[in-house]
Amino acid sequence: MKKESKWIKLYKASPLSARIGLAIIIFGLAVALFAPLLAPYGESEVVADVWLSPGGEHLLGTDQLGRDMLSRIIYGARNSITIAFITTLIAFFVGAFLGLTAAVTGGWLDHLLSRIVDIFMAFPTLILALMILSVLGTSVPVLIVVVALLDATRVFRLARALAMDIAIMEYVDAARLRGEKTLYIVRREILPNALPALIAEFGLRFCFIFLFISSLSFLGLGIQPPTADWGSMVRENSGAINFGILTPLYPAGAIAVLTVSINMVVDWFLHRSAQIRA
Amino acid sequence: MTEPTIKTIPPERLLTITGLEIQGKQDGKWRKVVKGVDLHLNRGEVLGLIGESGAGKSTIGLAAMGYAREGCRLSAGTINYLGKELRNAPESELESIRGYKIAYVAQSAAASFNPSHKLVTQFAETPLAHKMMTFHEAKTKAEDIYGRLFLPDPAGIGFRYPHQVSGGQLQRAMVAMAMACDPDIIIFDEPTTALDVTTQIEVLTAIKEVVKKSNCAAIYITHDLAVVAQLSHRIMVLRHGLCVEEGDARSMLDAPREKYTADLLAVRRQVKEVSPPKAEEPLLKVENITAGYNNGPAVLHNVGFEVLRGRTVAVVGESGSGKTSVARVITGFLPQSEGMVYFDGIEMSPYLKHRDKDRLRKWQMIFQMPDVAVNPRHKVKDIIGRPIRFYYNPGRKETARRVSELLDMIELNDTYLDRYPSELSGGEKQRVCIARALAAQPELIICDEVTSALDQLVAEEILKLLQRLQDELNMSYLFITHDLATVRAIADDVVVMYQGRVVEHGPRDEVFTPPHHEYTQLLLSSVPKMDPDWLDQVLAERRRLSA
Repeated sequence: MKKESKWIKLYKASPLSARIGLAIIIFGLAVALFAPLLAPYGESEVVADVWLSPGGEHLLGTDQLGRDMLSRIIYGARNSITIAFITTLIAFFVGAFLGLTAAVTGGWLDHLLSRIVDIFMAFPTLILALMILSVLGTSVPVLIVVVALLDATRVFRLARALAMDIAIMEYVDAARLRGEKTLYIVRREILPNALPALIAEFGLRFCFIFLFISSLSFLGLGIQPPTADWGSMVRENSGAINFGILTPLYPAGAIAVLTVSINMVVDWFLHRSAQIRA
Repeated sequence: MTEPTIKTIPPERLLTITGLEIQGKQDGKWRKVVKGVDLHLNRGEVLGLIGESGAGKSTIGLAAMGYAREGCRLSAGTINYLGKELRNAPESELESIRGYKIAYVAQSAAASFNPSHKLVTQFAETPLAHKMMTFHEAKTKAEDIYGRLFLPDPAGIGFRYPHQVSGGQLQRAMVAMAMACDPDIIIFDEPTTALDVTTQIEVLTAIKEVVKKSNCAAIYITHDLAVVAQLSHRIMVLRHGLCVEEGDARSMLDAPREKYTADLLAVRRQVKEVSPPKAEEPLLKVENITAGYNNGPAVLHNVGFEVLRGRTVAVVGESGSGKTSVARVITGFLPQSEGMVYFDGIEMSPYLKHRDKDRLRKWQMIFQMPDVAVNPRHKVKDIIGRPIRFYYNPGRKETARRVSELLDMIELNDTYLDRYPSELSGGEKQRVCIARALAAQPELIICDEVTSALDQLVAEEILKLLQRLQDELNMSYLFITHDLATVRAIADDVVVMYQGRVVEHGPRDEVFTPPHHEYTQLLLSSVPKMDPDWLDQVLAERRRLSA
């Protein structure tokens, strides 16, 4: 009961932009969840001619193979959002945990982790991903883990830099003097203070991973056709622009709307935590 | 020495401020921070503005230049400088006055100088911008002013970078910068607050001389009544954006009209009754400690002293004397290269991680900056409750009861339980830190400059609280401080440190009564007294000794 009223209070204090963002995210998640019920046609069902204009039977027209665009976008929500979200979560969990721990512990652990990260960052991410994926194969779980770990190096850098600044605070000294374990210091003293910046990064990372997976798909090592994925749909249909057909803009628009929504919610969160701090 | 009292011509009125109101924006609403203040300033006069933080003294000081900080506005009143109205004056007109006719000296010279330019280049910036003189003229002038401010090597010091001179010298270089264009008014905003007492006296002397000789007027902003007493002709006491009392410096110090002023005067006069030490095994014994940072040169040389049960030992010295490093060795943050720390007769490992939990419980630490000593994302009940859970883990109910009890001990109440540190004042935060230390039920508390970030009245309350807790709980304190008034108020024994060495130690009254070590003498004589003639007397005395 008490928890519920807290959430309602939180919602009431939120600005319009955050509410709009939240509504769109929830809508997107609902679409992803109920995709088979909502979609008028199957995910990879060829139903009509190539690149039909929107209207009539096909609200958003058809794609380069004559599949229904609306159905593809609905199924794409399921694949794109889920994969990008899980990937970002893993990247953050691994990167932030290791980054904070490295900063708090210091010494050889910090050196070891930082150098490993340096090595990974020395290669262009796309080339490294292509290399690893072509060795390991291109199933969705492998894709998620590989992209997540590659992105975790960026999160590691950020988390470590943030924690370095926080670890010199006297309240961390106080916890060390008390004899607290590193895990407690990371979790209870450092993390709450690093969280705002990490969450802002989460909003951005999510978008990058979205686009990164679509580049991999385009190169044939990401999500495999005929599975619908917003990023690959933009690539597959990009040729249509030459003929003045707007088909590739629909999945691109879906990506844009979702990322903007996420960032609106993140902004509000940042604003709120800045208030607590001041 | 008496001030010349005969005035043949009426003094020239430089600045008149009437009904000044300044608003600051908070949570999207405008709130008054200065609520109608009148002041005036004549040529040749120094006006002291004093008050605690939040009293609006710096805001008024800046307003005298027609300037409002970001998020503030000068909402009402007049600021009249030689017939010109500065409030809402166009920026171009203000620019021709600021730094040129009215100059400003900020609190932290280190933060105000550009680290990548030489001092004299920065000195010449304003005169060149106002096309008053050529660089060569400015350089000659700088030499002259540096000399008048008693800076060593006036001809050469301008060619150094800010990091190549000491803090006190840098502060004086900034005073020199303010004087570059022969301003009518100089506003000093806490220019000595960040300095050691021994350095403060140099800067005060320099400011006093220069203001007297250059026939300008000054507004001197500080929270320290003893400092303002040395320089000001008139003093204005501010509180919550209102003027509490204004008047001639001497008569105000002798007979304050308002209770608040009397309270301000009474601080720093608290003296602890010292009982003679009992002969017993010391609780903490520091023996021949030598230590340095990262294999660098040693910052501590053969430091040794003892802390007895139920007594307070003050470690005093200026910044760089190694007093904080001593605390870091004792706490295990800075492992010593030689020597040993004994607690209750048992050797302590130099490394924090090798010390066991129960030993760690027995000494706690209170830090200098309450703002960063509590996690801004923890509630008060979690800050105080954590050590209880960590060391005793008595269950949820018992922990809550203990937290309430501790809040009671530090004179706060249960309404604070769910607050975040940002909802507390500096003094309240420091109280929470004290409660956190007490929660472990320690035998020794190390206090690292615990009052130096607080206003004087608040600091005094904290010292009283610490004293009361010691009387009740029979703990020992190791008090690290640079402030001798604090030492008088709380210490039984004193350790005087200088350049990483203990120069004198023993019972307080023994150390504080002559004969002293040379450095102790310098330290003691540098503490400003509430007497307007103190500075002149000290200088006369020092001149006599050196002659």
